[in-house]
Amino acid sequence: MGPTRPTREKIKELRVEGITKRFPGIVACDSVDLTIGENEILALVGENGAGKTTLMNILMGLYQPDVGKIFINGRPVQFKGPADAFAAGIGMVHQHFMLVPNMTVAENVALGLKESHTHLRLDLSGVKKRIAEISERYKLPVQPDAYVWQLSVGEQQRVELIKTLCFGARFLILDEPTSALTPQETDDLIVLLRRMASDMSIIFISHKLAEVTALSDKVAILRRGRVVFKGTTAGQTAAGLATLMTGHEVVLPRNEGVDGCGEERLVVQDLCVKSDRGFLALDGVGFSVRSGEILGLAGVSGNGQKELAEALAGLRRVEKGRVSLMGRDLTNRSPREIIDAGLGYIPEDRTNEGIVSSFSIKENLILKDFASPKFSHGIFIKSQEEARNAASLQERFDIRCSSLNSAAGSLSGGNIQKVILARELAREPKALIAVYPTRGLDMGAEEFIHTRLLELRAKGVAIFLISEELDELMNLCDRIAVIFKGKILDILAGREATRPALGLLMAGIRPEAADRAAEPGEKA
Amino acid sequence: MKTSARVAYIALISCVAVLAAVGIGAIVLVILGADVVQTYKVILTEPLKDLFGITEVLVRAVPLILVALGIAVSFRAGILNIGAEGQIQMGIISATAVALAWPALPKSTLVPLILLAGAAGGALWASIAGYLRAKLGVNEILSTVMLNYIAAQLYGYLLRGPMIDPAELQTGSGTPQSVRLPKSAWIDRIIPGTRLHWGIVLALVLAIFIYILLWRTTSGFKLRAAGASAKAARYGGINVESCLFFAMVLAGAFAGLAGAVEVTAVHRRAIEGISSGYGFSGIVVALFGGLHPGGIIPAALFFGVLLVGTDMTQRILSIPANMVSVLQGAVILSIISAKMVINDPYAREKFARRLSRFRGHPGGYEVKR
Repeated sequence: MGPTRPTREKIKELRVEGITKRFPGIVACDSVDLTIGENEILALVGENGAGKTTLMNILMGLYQPDVGKIFINGRPVQFKGPADAFAAGIGMVHQHFMLVPNMTVAENVALGLKESHTHLRLDLSGVKKRIAEISERYKLPVQPDAYVWQLSVGEQQRVELIKTLCFGARFLILDEPTSALTPQETDDLIVLLRRMASDMSIIFISHKLAEVTALSDKVAILRRGRVVFKGTTAGQTAAGLATLMTGHEVVLPRNEGVDGCGEERLVVQDLCVKSDRGFLALDGVGFSVRSGEILGLAGVSGNGQKELAEALAGLRRVEKGRVSLMGRDLTNRSPREIIDAGLGYIPEDRTNEGIVSSFSIKENLILKDFASPKFSHGIFIKSQEEARNAASLQERFDIRCSSLNSAAGSLSGGNIQKVILARELAREPKALIAVYPTRGLDMGAEEFIHTRLLELRAKGVAIFLISEELDELMNLCDRIAVIFKGKILDILAGREATRPALGLLMAGIRPEAADRAAEPGEKA
Repeated sequence: MKTSARVAYIALISCVAVLAAVGIGAIVLVILGADVVQTYKVILTEPLKDLFGITEVLVRAVPLILVALGIAVSFRAGILNIGAEGQIQMGIISATAVALAWPALPKSTLVPLILLAGAAGGALWASIAGYLRAKLGVNEILSTVMLNYIAAQLYGYLLRGPMIDPAELQTGSGTPQSVRLPKSAWIDRIIPGTRLHWGIVLALVLAIFIYILLWRTTSGFKLRAAGASAKAARYGGINVESCLFFAMVLAGAFAGLAGAVEVTAVHRRAIEGISSGYGFSGIVVALFGGLHPGGIIPAALFFGVLLVGTDMTQRILSIPANMVSVLQGAVILSIISAKMVINDPYAREKFARRLSRFRGHPGGYEVKR
């Protein structure tokens, strides 16, 4: 065997047999058998931690399987590193793009193309020729001289695809390619991948089941490292796949309540906030959330959502405008004052911001209240009360851990989110900001969090839900605002919102018929 | 991995680290043309052979414990105080000044006053770096190292000028040292004929104090949260900047206190070289002790043995006592490497697998639920 020689041979069949890979405390892949034939699109589906990414990393030569073999066109191959996998014709587009923002498209491609730079010479024109060929062949329009930072997320993804194809990939692996795309960009990508499948085979990792049924020929479902289903996609429904994926029927709860008509609790007026890089990330944002209402904020991430949430929580300076909760002005107050005023906050970065990952679970559960009379006596922390609090919240929120004394960072993403949710909800907030609360979580955890948010709504809490999952927003929200480049383009009633309407707004296209019944007094 | 296997694993890695440090030291000894085994034997056993050696070890351990306790607080809070050396010197100056200013005060008043003055001197010096970091984001490693230089020069200047013993000027020998402190300013010795003094009790009591502060109080919660994750601490409503400032000041106070104890209990006048690197060794002790009082005390005793032992090699085998610096460096490198290995879950898993195979029941995986 040895390292695989570069060939231009077409990959007619890629087969893995009995792949097993163990990691500390977990079997990530457990005797996985899969076959992908010529011009097939295989959707690889599974919850987080099901082993999808591990399997793909094995195919890319990043990990060695403990047991098992990979065959290309019936011949066994062994990938000692990514270079071997490239040489065999396998290319992967990662979920997080691997592009250098301050280099041009052509320079980014040249980075990985060894033959384009020999010693001191860089053959950029050759690279551009190759890009032109590929983009012609697959109808993938790109501008080789544009800088990557100037491109939209969808365009950057095209650059990733072209880059992979320029390296000679004849077999594509796409890891959650739609996670950062608008609905329209997603549709375009599906058409594009269908077209490319006439020339190569594709493995497509996703947990968005609607895309799986729309795009793939075959589907394989992984659960806890094992393949629990293999078959053709035709005839499968998204609900059926969801059941196979989680092992039980999943019904995401919906907001069936009457429209919230309580008093205005969280009011934001004409808010201007700068980003880390100093430019205006929010430009005159205004909205209000009433008691017993869920206001959603739709938008492709990076349009000012992070800055908005941080400004509301007192973690980012407000340049102009006003934030108030229950009539109390909280503009540029300290996080402590805002917490005490009754604002709950589920941050975007749950492992680094939502918890102190080296702290125990029980310490994290009192992160905001350790100095309150309930948990402290003078300068001393009441450790018994701390333990009691943790035990009761563990039961109420079904936090699964070996011990409440273990480090919170050792928990799975879903359980970390439960710790955060437990802490925020136990404080009985007047209003709650939830930022991408279910991002990256499996359907069981998603169901749990949605149920809790709706319960909170029924109790009269004002909830501001920032999300990029349209289904989540449409299921839960009374009203949905859409943010684009730091401005709120429109606010739709939750019942009237449709995917196409939201999708257009998320792409920054404001329909001419802008006289929709939005928030009165809302600026255009 | 089970707790027992985990402890065994950490102990094993630590032993490997110690062996590595010993190995590096051995290379240097071979270059010096010394008998390696004999040298180590002298370093590690000679200090523990008689009362004199043991008390000397304890005498060295006192400033190491005090400095390391402060360092532990600052490192836990996420601010790296490299300035203990300068803070010790400022503590010595303040303590000496107070002792010489009010020699007539009764001992029961003067000694606490001197200790407070020492702590205040160190705290004040550290507060410069703490303020710059909290308000302006100036890197504390840079500022504390620079403040060390300034403190060293200031110390030298004061002992040669304003604070010099007038007797030195009269005799013309000009040794840079202060007047001998009045007896009312002395911390007494516990065992007559040795240098062991009551400072050791103070150090042990303060170790308990730091433990309680860090793990039982709301301030400790804040400090640890700020150090473990500044972002999460801010999110939780903790004022991270004030935590950094407070931790730095506290670390400075402990270093200053160490200086005050050294001058009133051991040297009894300010001379050059009192701090003798305790400010830097204290960092090593704090890290070696896992930034925990329970680890710092044995670590300080171990370094005390090293310090006394290398002094003895100089006398017995005429190997330079600077060897201790070499060993310290080797120990730091080994600890850092060992920590990386201990915290690597893959290496740990491999070890567990080997161990379970060795014991005859394969597998050894606990699947996370």
